[in-house]
Amino acid sequence: MRAEEYSERTVDVNGWQCRLTSYKLGDVYHCQADNVSPGARLARATGATKEEAERQALERATELLSRTRRHSD
Amino acid sequence: MANYAHPEVLVSTDWVVQHLADPKVKLVEVDVDTKSYDEGHVPNAIAWAWNTQLSDQLRRDILSKEQLEALMSSSGISRDSTVVIYGDNNNWFSAWAMWQLKIYGHADVRLMDGGRKKWLAEGRELSTEVPHPARTQYQAEHPDLSLRSFLQDVQAAYKSRAAAMVDVRSPAEFSGEILAPPGLPETCQRGGHIPGARSIPWAKAVNEDGTFKSYDELQTLYSGEGVDGSRPVISYCRIGERSSHTWFVLKYLLGFDKVTNYDGSWTEWGNLVGAPIEKGAAAAAKG
Repeated sequence: MRAEEYSERTVDVNGWQCRLTSYKLGDVYHCQADNVSPGARLARATGATKEEAERQALERATELLSRTRRHSD
Repeated sequence: MANYAHPEVLVSTDWVVQHLADPKVKLVEVDVDTKSYDEGHVPNAIAWAWNTQLSDQLRRDILSKEQLEALMSSSGISRDSTVVIYGDNNNWFSAWAMWQLKIYGHADVRLMDGGRKKWLAEGRELSTEVPHPARTQYQAEHPDLSLRSFLQDVQAAYKSRAAAMVDVRSPAEFSGEILAPPGLPETCQRGGHIPGARSIPWAKAVNEDGTFKSYDELQTLYSGEGVDGSRPVISYCRIGERSSHTWFVLKYLLGFDKVTNYDGSWTEWGNLVGAPIEKGAAAAAKG
């Protein structure tokens, strides 16, 4: 088994950068979301299509990112 | 791996392919996301979970000598094994594992350059088979604490300014704008950084594909911030894993003699009553 269709793209989620890394293993699409800076893993999801895996990972990442508070001086 | 001070501590994905069947080589995957291994891993690799197998489970600490011996023994690793570690997040926790193995004196530990990300991106073979290595009787050395900084070491260094302090977190964590990486739980009471620390995020040391930058690029990066190996260096982040990555770069790729990882990091300093804190973005380095 090898990862196929490996791709990365970055989207903006309410002012936070979120990177979606997707690939196919066998018949299943996998997607992992991280926060770009510093690059910590936020969510993972699988789906029958790339779009479905990305949608689920992004949904979870968005939920987590929405909890992040910016502290001003 | 040309030009690095200690090129023997880094192997390429090609090298790993050539040594998949080498009984002396023990492959270990260490991920932030401990479920990644189950998706598929480098054939013959075992997995270590950083949160349960590379940390004491009662107090906040790295493994004791006895705990490390138990882990190495159950992993089928001997004193003369070549341990090759790789993982996700550009090898954050792989470096954390390597740091502990070096503390306990394992001679031959290496990182797979680019980590799990590069292996996947290159479409290399993955396995879901979990190896069951034959048990060994591993004997570790007493801990070499010259590789580790404790709170009192950092406090002393802060007062004397005798060491270069490198904060490897993101600029927003350094400035105090956020208290943890976006999307992760806040784990400190105060934001900011240790006064005098230089902001050199870990990611500046790697290329887009996750491999480490060249010796010359790394030297330019760190010396540009006044970190040139002429005095001891203390690296820190939030919990000590990203700073292990930078510790590896400074210690082995650039070959600095005195580099320590402050694994208490910001979750210790930023929660400490009375600890001095500086806020705001990084200032330009002095020429």
